[in-house]
Amino acid sequence: MMARTIVAVATPPGVSGVAVIRISGPDAAEVFRRLAGKVPRPRAATLVTIIDPLDGTPLDQGLALWFPAPASFTGEDCAELQVHGGRAVVAAVLAAILTVDGLRPAEPGEFTRRAFESGKLDLAAIEGLGDLLHAETEAQRRQAFALYQGRLTDETDRLAQQLLPVLALVEATIDFPDEGDVTDAALAEARGQALTVRDRITGLLADAGRAERVRDGVVVAIAGLPNAGKSTLLNAIARRDVAIVSPVAGTTRDALEVQLDLGGLPVVLVDTAGIRETMDPVEAEGVRRARRRVSEADLVLWLAPTIESVTERPEGAWVIQSQADRGATPMEEARHRISASTGLGLSALLEDVRAFASTMLGGEPAVVVHERHRLIMIAAKVALDAALRHPDWPAAAELVAEDLRAALAALGRSRGRVGTEAMLDQLFSAFCIGK
Amino acid sequence: MTTYDVIVIGGGHAGCEAAAAAARLGARTALVTHRFETIGAMSCNPAIGGLGKGHLVREVDALDGLMGRVADAAGIQFRLLNRRKGPAVRGPRTQADRKLYAAAMQQALRAQAGLDIVIGEAASLGIQDGRLTSVTLADGRVLTTGAAVLTTGTFLRGVIHLGERQWSAGRIDDPASVSLSESLLSHGFALGRLKTGTPARLDGSTIDWASIERQEADSDPEPFSTMTKRITNPQITCGITRTTEKTHAIVRDNLARSAMYGGRIEGVGPRYCPSIEDKIVRFGDRDGHQIFLEPEGLDDDTIYPNGLSTSLPEDVQEAFLRSIPGLERVAIRRHGYAIDYDHVDPRELLPSLETRRVQGLFLAGQINGTTGYEEAAGQGLLAGLNAACRAGGGEAVTIGRHEGYIGVMVDDLTTRGVTEPYRMFTSRAEFRLTLRADNADQRLTPLGLEIGCIGTERSIRFRDKQQALAGLRERLEALTLTPNAAKAHGIALNQDGIRRSAFTLLSRPDVAWADLCRAWPELGSVPATVAEQVMIDAHYAVYLDRQAAEIESHRRDEDLAIPADLEFDSVPGLSNEIRAKLERQRPVTLGQASRMDGMTPAALTLIAVWARRAGRPAA
Repeated sequence: MMARTIVAVATPPGVSGVAVIRISGPDAAEVFRRLAGKVPRPRAATLVTIIDPLDGTPLDQGLALWFPAPASFTGEDCAELQVHGGRAVVAAVLAAILTVDGLRPAEPGEFTRRAFESGKLDLAAIEGLGDLLHAETEAQRRQAFALYQGRLTDETDRLAQQLLPVLALVEATIDFPDEGDVTDAALAEARGQALTVRDRITGLLADAGRAERVRDGVVVAIAGLPNAGKSTLLNAIARRDVAIVSPVAGTTRDALEVQLDLGGLPVVLVDTAGIRETMDPVEAEGVRRARRRVSEADLVLWLAPTIESVTERPEGAWVIQSQADRGATPMEEARHRISASTGLGLSALLEDVRAFASTMLGGEPAVVVHERHRLIMIAAKVALDAALRHPDWPAAAELVAEDLRAALAALGRSRGRVGTEAMLDQLFSAFCIGK
Repeated sequence: MTTYDVIVIGGGHAGCEAAAAAARLGARTALVTHRFETIGAMSCNPAIGGLGKGHLVREVDALDGLMGRVADAAGIQFRLLNRRKGPAVRGPRTQADRKLYAAAMQQALRAQAGLDIVIGEAASLGIQDGRLTSVTLADGRVLTTGAAVLTTGTFLRGVIHLGERQWSAGRIDDPASVSLSESLLSHGFALGRLKTGTPARLDGSTIDWASIERQEADSDPEPFSTMTKRITNPQITCGITRTTEKTHAIVRDNLARSAMYGGRIEGVGPRYCPSIEDKIVRFGDRDGHQIFLEPEGLDDDTIYPNGLSTSLPEDVQEAFLRSIPGLERVAIRRHGYAIDYDHVDPRELLPSLETRRVQGLFLAGQINGTTGYEEAAGQGLLAGLNAACRAGGGEAVTIGRHEGYIGVMVDDLTTRGVTEPYRMFTSRAEFRLTLRADNADQRLTPLGLEIGCIGTERSIRFRDKQQALAGLRERLEALTLTPNAAKAHGIALNQDGIRRSAFTLLSRPDVAWADLCRAWPELGSVPATVAEQVMIDAHYAVYLDRQAAEIESHRRDEDLAIPADLEFDSVPGLSNEIRAKLERQRPVTLGQASRMDGMTPAALTLIAVWARRAGRPAA
């Protein structure tokens, strides 16, 4: 039994200039023969008239692209048709394609799955591809594309490359103890190398929070005493439709979140309930939640219309003098003076928040992006910690080796595995051993 | 015309084990060899065992093979290597008296019921319809059989190189087998060419022993075989010296005259057993290389200088030897030489060591691209058992990577092939902490009992030991004490109030057997060997639990057989490259496929799906 050939429309439904139809599998060439009368030259755009194979009626004119296996996205024979993006055109062409024997509609993700099964994409690349399709901000796009391009697997490969000679050296102390090739100095150096790798992994894990922020947004809480103008500010920002992404109801009755794209950076603005001492149990609960939201936020904007309401602000919060159009005395502590109703100072505030997010999310995209990556790194770190806990490496060599192998196996899980042969190659290239 | 169930060709370490194993299973067996006197000959260094290799000897012994017992009878310097490291990587080794070794091996074969020794040269194999039918000797005799084990060592088109000279030979004084090589080629076997070498043999009376370091034997020699009660041979010492700058200069100046560096050898030599030429070329910056001076026997003062294998001409050998401290006036009894020879690509073999091309034809030893007596013995044993099974119509016997070093070796060979002579290392075994020299019998004797290759005496001893081990383990799990009570016996624990078993206590590095005996005096009567093994299990307990989980996952892959008729062409999604490799190598299980070069996780997933589908009975 051969795999069936699959077909799907790659562009979103609706009216558009062009719609792209993709076909992958052993009968892809047959589709071209039946609908276009020929198989076009590989990897060249060819203008064809698409006909209904049943009665020969022309359906549309479009571009045909032919990617014979294995040089295609899925690794199989792939055909692509670019037709006019009208609903009826797409429906007619699709129906015509499905009359060819062996064709069926693709299931969701089936093209990517075939690319994985033929070794065209590894797991990390597929995760990156998924993130890429869902990226809404520039920072998310950069992070997703880095993962797709192998940022994780390059890193784990590099770490494995650094650990392999350490393991080789430890193995040499076991299998070739007589030769005097493995000096104490070399072992100490190897231990240092393992420590370096462990520290690097610790750093990558610490940086995982940044990746989460890129995906979920930098959380900025708008806080302050009741009637400080928090909701007004949120609404004012939300009204600037260049910024807003999607307003969603918050997790509590008191919090409202707005996701913003500030110059390509994802930022979540959270309005908190007014924070004050209260006897009302319902309001008290709102206050409690607001405090928590504030404590979890990356940045707190503390709205204070007057000098009296500056009190109680959490440490590190930016004091924003709100309602600045009402003639209150400018405060020394205020980082910004704004008026949500006139728009005074809003641009400067948003630019300042963007700069904050940029500092927080800046630099190269993080390596550890998904939970799976985090688990791989934790497993490697646990194994390296165990290896480094043995005080006397020569005496516990077989246990150290076991721990190092476990670390390498964990790193290998991001892509393939580290075979014993690779270790022996390392060993032999570096030492004169045996008799 | 004479008929045998199994015919073994070759009387080296692989051939002896193969013949004895086949006969132990009740097969009427013939061992065909050129000369009776060369049976059990040690062609290279006079030693058995070592790191990784000692494990193999113990495993051969666990299946009631010969090498362990014979080495115990011939051993003259027992040393447990890596004594200061963990028990999983210790390697029993002994220097062996060449004459005693050959004599003990010949005696063991003579004593084996159902085994004939046939003196002659095997010239060709009779094969009909893909099945082995007979072996024809050079003198015209024809032996009919359905199963043969070929263990030709370095004899297949062997060529000896000594300086600028070269001649056809299988060993220094023995002719090569040329016709057998051609016989194999004519059946389409893929042959490769490998090289090995041996050092000069020295006259011990011309060595200045007083000026060099000595290495003593262990004071309590540990036998290889569980059947050996104690070592009775007197134990000798070896010498240790080093090459000098002058040695290196002599070798370097004469490299062009070395057979190897003169470009006259096509075979690939091992990286881990480099000739002195290799050492100078690759590691010329060292100021010296260690040389062991090993006596070849109790009444033989011939010395084997371990570490000086060479194919330089005679005059250069003499010159560089004399530049080494202690050897200034040394006389050479026989010069060193290199030999290159044909081997069969071991990917031609099934895990039973039967060839895929010819049913009933098994290969073992150097012909499969390995080096070393122990590697040969392990393969010989397995091939002999399987040849007997083939003759008797039984199921093939295989040993997994998780069961023994023999399994690791056979899987490495049949899955990955060889690019240089293959030698065992402990680092090749991914389940190293489980596969120890001390528990070889626990791992493999049950398999031997199941197939019937274990003698009565060993069976009884094994069952007794099993019971003692299980009983002690149970006792240690049942005996518990509180941290307070432990403190009273001098065992320091966290004072957390948790009762711990004696076994748990033993797994701590700071708790010794003697500490337990203070707490529970009745443990004092446990035999030392039994206590020792349970202690080792306790020492590795945490790691062994983890390894057990890995073994479980390994076994799942090994249990998924890939049907012999699965057409990889019909598996969609495989790259052409992987498909071609699969068609060529025909992995037998999913596990074997997973270890092939260039295999991807995605391809494995596909193979698994299709193997399951094909393996399912048709509805």
